[in-house]
Amino acid sequence: MMSTRALGLGPAFRQAVAAPRLVRNQAIRNVIARRTIQTESLPPSAAQTILNNQRLKRPSSPHFTIYQPQLTWLGSIANRVTGVGLSVLLYGYALAYLAAPETFSSANVIELVHGLPEAVKYAGKFILALPFSFHALNGLRHLSWDVGKFLSLKGAYQSGYAVLAGTAVGTVALVLL
Amino acid sequence: MQSLVARKALLQGAPRCANVARGFASSAARSQAVPLEKPVLLKEFKIYRWNPDEPAKKPTLQSYQIDLNQCGPMVLDALIKIKNEIDPTLTFRRSCREGICGSCAMNVNGQNTLACLCRIDRDSKDSKIYPLPHMYIVKDLVPDLTQFYKQYKSIEPYLKNDNPPADREFLQSPEDRRKLDGMYECILCACCSTSCPSYWWNQDEYLGPATLMAAYRWMADSRDSYGAQRKERLQNELSVYRCHTIFNCARTCPKGLNPAMAIAKLKLELAAD
Repeated sequence: MMSTRALGLGPAFRQAVAAPRLVRNQAIRNVIARRTIQTESLPPSAAQTILNNQRLKRPSSPHFTIYQPQLTWLGSIANRVTGVGLSVLLYGYALAYLAAPETFSSANVIELVHGLPEAVKYAGKFILALPFSFHALNGLRHLSWDVGKFLSLKGAYQSGYAVLAGTAVGTVALVLL
Repeated sequence: MQSLVARKALLQGAPRCANVARGFASSAARSQAVPLEKPVLLKEFKIYRWNPDEPAKKPTLQSYQIDLNQCGPMVLDALIKIKNEIDPTLTFRRSCREGICGSCAMNVNGQNTLACLCRIDRDSKDSKIYPLPHMYIVKDLVPDLTQFYKQYKSIEPYLKNDNPPADREFLQSPEDRRKLDGMYECILCACCSTSCPSYWWNQDEYLGPATLMAAYRWMADSRDSYGAQRKERLQNELSVYRCHTIFNCARTCPKGLNPAMAIAKLKLELAAD
């Protein structure tokens, strides 16, 4: 007390002790008076219902539309697409041959292709050669994975680029055949 | 005593004390180093938003501009800055900020990663941040991982052995221990599973890379004696064999692990059964 008086803080000290409580109480009263949020008490069993109702409306986050294009998954999709394309061609032609052996005989097909312009011949060969070489080489890549080779990330990428290079070479070779 | 002086200064604004205080503060400021003035480097973050309180509203990308020179180096720092200073309603999971808890897994610029381990790209103008792909969204960047955890639980990820050594702990040779390296470090952040197209399309039955690597981790453990039963449970068309060796999992793993290799080894063991 001596020191406060020495600094001339006597009245201020009293005020400082008294004032905060007043201010505090006033503040609390103001908050209570202004509070507008109504809470509703629910039994614990209601939690599951609320959760289930939320779950019904949850959106699914975007996936392949936003995922970074990478050799890994684009190569996989290409493998699937080329495989389906080649299979459809193979089975389609086989079934067509079964249905109409005369129309789809080798002689007829050769005659038909023979009559086409050069550009169409090359385009057709390209359309057949590209998926064939990619699918064949990527198939070898998959077989080597299945026996435990190239299983590191580096191995996967190197073999992936090797398949792409091989596809380019194979396609050109087949088109020029 | 000091607090009394401060309080008086605050309450009464006593001129004498205030003068003393100001003099003290300015002299301290003079002795401090002047902070470097860095230029403003604005970057736009486009962040996926969806609010469960307004379920009918479609998810949208919301843009935030922040000054990278007033922000930490990682994407998580930027998210925290946005939440603190711009939009407190932005919701995301985070905890350790050092890549060991796995909470802040999300899709940054098209690749799944931990926001705390992913540096902000200072060169590009904007960054897109999505939640983990093909997951149900609880809110904003928070996906529902219930199914992911259930799948992990289903492979019984703990040591099972009916004949533990009677008088001491399990012993393991250094070679056997080394078989677990590259698998035990998994923190279950779900980056790999949610990067896997097979997991996108068959999430209900295909276990996904994280869970399968954990499954193989317990098969490879020399102390576990339930290897045969563990294999038996995976011998079906969907649990393992939806893996088409795409390698998205190994490519995206923020811990640098290789679930694709673990699954390939798992397939080899299943084939030899």
